[in-house]
Amino acid sequence: MPEFHIGDVVAAIITWLQDNMSGFFDGIAAVMQTLIDVVLAALTAPHPFVIVALAAALAFWARGIGFAVFSLLGLLLVDSMQLWGQTMETLAIVLVASIVAVLVGVPAGIWAARSSRASTVIRPVLDFMQTLPVFVYLIPAVFLFGIGVVPAVVATFIFAIPPGVRLTELGLRQVDPEMVEASIAFGAKPWQLLRQVQLPLAVPSIMAGINQVIMMALSMVVIAGMVGAGGLGAVVVQGISRLDIGVGFEGGLGVVFLAIFLDRLTSAFPRPRRRPRTEAIEALEPEAEPAPAAA
Amino acid sequence: MAPMIEARGLTKRYEPARSERRLARRGEPTSEGTLAVDDVSFTVEEGELFVIMGLSGSGKSTLLRMLNRLVDPTSGSLQIGGQDLLSMDDGQLRDVRNSTINMVFQHFALFPHRTVRENAAYGLQVRGVPEKERLERAQTALDTVGLGQWGHVRPQELSGGMRQRVGLARALATDAPVLLMDEPFSALDPLIRRDMQDLLLGLQAEMRKTIVFVTHDLNEAMRLGHRIMVMRDGRVVQLASGAEILAAPADDYVANFVSDVDRSRVVTAEHIMRPPIITARTGEDPRSVLDRMGNAEAIGVYVLDEAGKLIGAVGDQDLADGIEAGCPRIESLASGTFATTSPEARLIEVMPLVGRHCVPLAVTDDDGKLLGVIPRASLLNTLADQRRPAHA
Ligand SMILES: Nc1ncnc2c1ncn2[C@@H]1O[C@H](COP(=O)(O)OP(=O)(O)OP(=O)(O)O)[C@@H](O)[C@H]1O
Ligand SMILES: [Mg+2]
Repeated sequence: MPEFHIGDVVAAIITWLQDNMSGFFDGIAAVMQTLIDVVLAALTAPHPFVIVALAAALAFWARGIGFAVFSLLGLLLVDSMQLWGQTMETLAIVLVASIVAVLVGVPAGIWAARSSRASTVIRPVLDFMQTLPVFVYLIPAVFLFGIGVVPAVVATFIFAIPPGVRLTELGLRQVDPEMVEASIAFGAKPWQLLRQVQLPLAVPSIMAGINQVIMMALSMVVIAGMVGAGGLGAVVVQGISRLDIGVGFEGGLGVVFLAIFLDRLTSAFPRPRRRPRTEAIEALEPEAEPAPAAA
Repeated sequence: MAPMIEARGLTKRYEPARSERRLARRGEPTSEGTLAVDDVSFTVEEGELFVIMGLSGSGKSTLLRMLNRLVDPTSGSLQIGGQDLLSMDDGQLRDVRNSTINMVFQHFALFPHRTVRENAAYGLQVRGVPEKERLERAQTALDTVGLGQWGHVRPQELSGGMRQRVGLARALATDAPVLLMDEPFSALDPLIRRDMQDLLLGLQAEMRKTIVFVTHDLNEAMRLGHRIMVMRDGRVVQLASGAEILAAPADDYVANFVSDVDRSRVVTAEHIMRPPIITARTGEDPRSVLDRMGNAEAIGVYVLDEAGKLIGAVGDQDLADGIEAGCPRIESLASGTFATTSPEARLIEVMPLVGRHCVPLAVTDDDGKLLGVIPRASLLNTLADQRRPAHA
């Protein structure tokens, strides 16, 4: 068997990219860095209490008083552990990586749902992205984007995008064929069918995808800390390397709180917030079958 | 005038599934696909309610869906309102679907994320009608189907019958002249189904839509259809009016269908009446009438004037009494103790009138002219033997 190392090929490609495409990657790095800086500035410029209040209000609007109280206490605890800055850094990384993943993933999912050929290409790529150990692409990312927050965001993006694509495709494919037929029977153009019928009906699935994207992004926090992205990941890494149980635990607690907060927040939205159904039904019952008007 | 829908030799063969194609490549035996509709031709006139009927799998839905090309025919030709549907490109086809042929679905196919009014406005939204105008027109359509005050709720909150009213309103709001309906009422329970049939008949009388209506329920077909096309295994076995199909089913398949029909609601007096065996003319001698009655074994007789108009009826006893009293003319004996009906009356209306007098039920036209009679025996015969032609 002749010796053949695909790894050498990949390494050569990365080196070539580094040498010849550095402008392109620097550009991406600059855009990412700016995005993160802006989000981070927005999160850290106001006094922490302002952010705490906003988060609690958001929690109340999404789920009600219980969740609002939880968010309030959690964020105050984070602040009192002196981890406010790190928590906001992590939040910024997660938000930017998730937003980019959704902006790329949802259209990719739509494309996959509309073309079986696209679907057969995209599917194995997603499998590959999801199963490849993170460190394997973290290293090239560091080579291409340097140490810091940008490779962390890129690696997080790659790791987090698959559920966004998958659940969008699934949601669109699961739309009742009779709905699609009805839309077409009334002469809808393909984009009208997509916008007026398929996408609205796929919203629960797409929202579940977005929720999962965010959760996957959060699970990358500690790894991001290893490549110098800062945030709660760095706190945990510090705790590990110094064998400081207390520091490690506090950093971990911050991550857990963020995870619960973002999970509950994003999973609140697939459900339309409407008055309870029973009320309307009862109002209907007495004359459920009105007499035919034209006869 | 040209018919609204003209289909010639419409055929649909569904290609074999992919798994079967793989077998075919390996040279293994496969089916040829499914011949769902096989060389079907028919025309539908403007304002007609045309019913397609057949058992499950006979190709009704496939045929209906070829009429707006939700299913593309394998071969054949199709004209709708004078336009050749099969040569249209996607854009023209969308226009026709939006403004000429609308559809009502078996399971309603209402959009759960829209209110009832927004559902009814869907066709207009696709057309690009501004929101205010399309909601107003949707409201008008909802008023027409008796759902005026439910515009703001979601379809899931309505009962089945009400949902299908929304489906109907959605198709009415666009003012399309042709409606395709695929078993629209079969998901509803019988009482509501009747209401919906009445609603449809009322709307159709008023708006003169051209309707192609698919059902597997012959009673429904008979109630609604001007003409009924019976299908079996993708082919047409009979195309005729309901009464004609009842009277002369084309084959055993149709006869089997017919056997479930409640004839009393379909067959009309006209179809079972027969000429009276014996009648009397004004001015006739009572004695000779009684004589003829004896020969005919009748116990009563209708008295007609010169124009054939019904004057009255006489029983044998009255006649005998009249002869004894020396009465010279029969019309002075004729009384009002008999029943009449119109030729269009359905048997269910006729039943209570039959067999209560000494003369059979009289069928008269608007001028009171005697068209025929219905003896009790022939009525019972029609109702009892469902499979034999009604007026053999
Ligand atoms: N998309 C399809 N692909 C392959 N075969 C099909 C398809 N749709 C229908 N068929 C087949 O074509 C035949 C006719 O089906 P169709 O649905 O038109 O019958 P139908 O009269 O409407 O029946 P039902 O009363 O059950 O609705 C059936 O044998 C069915 O299995
Ligand atoms: Mg069908």
